[in-house]
Amino acid sequence: MEAAMGLMRRIHPKQSETALSALLSLLPHHSSDLLSQVDQPLQVLCDLESGKEYILCEYNRDADSYRSPWSNKYYPPLEDALYPSSELRKLEVEANEVFAIYRDQYYEGGISSVYMWEDDNEGFVACFLIKKDGSKTGQGRRGHLQEGAWDAIHVIEVGPEEESMAHYCLTSTIMLSLTTNDESSGTFSLSGSIRRQMNMDLSVADGHLCNMGKMIEEMEGKLRNSLDQVYFGKTKEMVCTLRPPSEVVLRLPTADLA
Amino acid sequence: MAEGDCELNEKRKREIAKWFLLNSPAGEIQYIAKDLRSVLNDDKVYNEAALEAFALYNKSHFICLELPDRSGEVLVTSYNELDEDEFLDPRTAQVAIVDHVKQVCTDMRPTADEELSSPYIEEFRCALDAEILKYVAEAYPKGICSVYCVKGKDVEGPGSNFEFVVVISAVRNSPQNFCNGSWRSLWSIEFKEDVQMLEVGGELQVGAHYFEEGNVQLDAKHECKDATIFQAPEDCAISIANIMRHHEAQYLEALEASYSNLPDTTFKDLRRKLPVTRTLFPWHNTLQFSLTRDIQKELGIDK
Repeated sequence: MEAAMGLMRRIHPKQSETALSALLSLLPHHSSDLLSQVDQPLQVLCDLESGKEYILCEYNRDADSYRSPWSNKYYPPLEDALYPSSELRKLEVEANEVFAIYRDQYYEGGISSVYMWEDDNEGFVACFLIKKDGSKTGQGRRGHLQEGAWDAIHVIEVGPEEESMAHYCLTSTIMLSLTTNDESSGTFSLSGSIRRQMNMDLSVADGHLCNMGKMIEEMEGKLRNSLDQVYFGKTKEMVCTLRPPSEVVLRLPTADLA
Repeated sequence: MAEGDCELNEKRKREIAKWFLLNSPAGEIQYIAKDLRSVLNDDKVYNEAALEAFALYNKSHFICLELPDRSGEVLVTSYNELDEDEFLDPRTAQVAIVDHVKQVCTDMRPTADEELSSPYIEEFRCALDAEILKYVAEAYPKGICSVYCVKGKDVEGPGSNFEFVVVISAVRNSPQNFCNGSWRSLWSIEFKEDVQMLEVGGELQVGAHYFEEGNVQLDAKHECKDATIFQAPEDCAISIANIMRHHEAQYLEALEASYSNLPDTTFKDLRRKLPVTRTLFPWHNTLQFSLTRDIQKELGIDK
């Protein structure tokens, strides 16, 4: 299992789906571990009742069906399926509405879904998902990207209330890829994934949604920044180590162009 | 039946093993191999896959191996491959015997006469090699290069066309900093006697991998074309080296421009740094959204 995770850490992020299915066939007895530890690009389904798209993940799956956060229905339909309690469903509905606005303000498009369920120790777990296609044929407003995908998975475990405080544990994963392509610079592609955790004890006076939302906003900002500054920066540093830029571009002597 | 299943299984396993090895990032095949071996838990399948995959990987990555007598280095490419494990080093007129899986050069032998180019071709090749060496030394801190004749090596004198390939490979592995990278340039030069022209084509490929608490990879690729006139060997060499220097420097600039466009333009199409409102999201006051929505509904302008 450790070796399998070692392979996933090195293999190209764009090939993680192929790599995972290969590992699943080599290590069938580790399949649940692999599926829970390896993040995969998010899939989307259309909720026929609301006409809206929603995101699929382990947290809204029951058997082979996935529950839509919009209509609370499973597709394909499923009898005796699991649903959150009505109280939690109320928070889930509100979270989906607010998170869609948050998503629109930061992403100018994309799809979002929030799922909640009760956990074993009197608290609950919430999963906030965002998927954005930023390519020029998708929802990239500026049209710079030949290909561009951003998948965010935020899972928050909320502990039981104690003296009007609750413990929040957020685990966030961002998977992204972007490719630009033009005549003069060829194809330029960056892709990757990072995962981070954040723990906080917060007063529940402002409500769970406010607390979770703030944590996610802070985390997304941090992750975006470290991808941009640290991760992309390191690959740029590497390029400049391989071939240091010289200030003066040497021009072709005109005689050679004759 | 059970036996058939088992055979199929082995074939599939071997394919998976080869896939992992061939898709190893630059400089990381040995790490992939180690993990793969323990995942497979089947040395027979692993060894068969490794035998095939390492040779392909080594050649496509232009890996560079030290000669056993420490007299220099030899590149492993499909352009100087004499046999599965024999690679020509035209600069020293030696042939390196290579162990693909261990990625070492185990032995060397002098070249046979028929493996070398004719003296006429060799004059062009040597002149170009000297110019490229100069250029690579000034542009790449750790660059290795070589010039191979891939067409017309037996041409004895003026009147026939021939073709060279220039390979430049620069690798930097720094696993302690969780970072590896490679720059590969492949230039083909067609010497067209009949039209007195040299046609030059370049394929530049750059990769970098940073994997401290994450996994981020850069893949960049660029192709370019140019031409110059057919001249004496030394003049051809200078022209070609200038063309390469010019295009590679331009490409590096384009790469830097791609990086500097990231924060404010390219990346913005995925996620903005700040919301369109330019202030943090009002989590304290999300009630306003449902109020607005209710009003919109009442006014009948709900989307």
